[in-house]
Amino acid sequence: MLVRPKDGILDPQGDAVGQSLRNLGFDVSSARVGRVVDLELTSDAVDEARAQIERMCSELLANPLIESFEIRLGE
Amino acid sequence: MSAAPLVAVVVFPGSNDDHDAAWALGAVGAEPELVWHGERTLPPETAGVVLPGGFSYGDYLRTGAIASLAPVMDAVRAFAAAGGPVLGICNGFQVLCEARLLPGILRPNRQLEFVCRDATVRVESTDSAFLRRCSVGQELVIPVKHGDGAWYADEGTFIRLAAAGQLVLRYADDVNGALGNVAGVTNEAGNVFGLMPHPEHAVDPLLGSADGGPLLAALVDAASAFRPRAAA
Repeated sequence: MLVRPKDGILDPQGDAVGQSLRNLGFDVSSARVGRVVDLELTSDAVDEARAQIERMCSELLANPLIESFEIRLGE
Repeated sequence: MSAAPLVAVVVFPGSNDDHDAAWALGAVGAEPELVWHGERTLPPETAGVVLPGGFSYGDYLRTGAIASLAPVMDAVRAFAAAGGPVLGICNGFQVLCEARLLPGILRPNRQLEFVCRDATVRVESTDSAFLRRCSVGQELVIPVKHGDGAWYADEGTFIRLAAAGQLVLRYADDVNGALGNVAGVTNEAGNVFGLMPHPEHAVDPLLGSADGGPLLAALVDAASAFRPRAAA
């Protein structure tokens, strides 16, 4: 799952990363820094796994005040 | 009922101001007791709770996020719901926000630097028991030391909290990029209070300031007066 600072939320870490990339000469207009959490679940029911991860996100992995999250299921 | 009220100081893995908080509480008339985060109950005589400063769980995930799920937090939640005074200092403030016992959240300082210095904060409201020994407009000099101290809430919440007098402390200058320079917040009932400055480091003029004393002494007042609302 991917956690990102919500749109409009100040992201000083992203700003610092963006500035450093510009210092290196890259043409970067914006950088936002989030987080990736790789999870292994024993369930093989896709819907159930997705529902579980959504609960994990809202209860711990992301704070809905400032972060959005996106779930990607693999094999 | 003149006995010193028992104030539980919760110790998380990574707390580092727990002993300072306990010492300072003793200096203002409380009987402090350190309580390990793995406990499921608070001592039966508990009349106040302090969540101290530090770096619980190494600030993993988000500051305070993992500590907010510690076993003892259910007991802290029940104590707060019964009207008991709960104070969160620095990391303790972060834990209370993550536990949704206080509104908003603490984010990384805008300057991305750890800030460690004396800060001047202004008292905005004295509705909460924690501010009863202060007056509106009073300025207190209390040290701050944090990397994630920028308090944030969405605009609607900010306006509502300001109108309700819950944004009780604001920095006199921009310390960390906190919205509205907010340094301390209470819950709606006024019995849960979190602040980034460290009153426990400012209880003796020998150490530069005694301005934290009135905040801790007010906690002791509230603890002395505390009678659980709900039958135990």
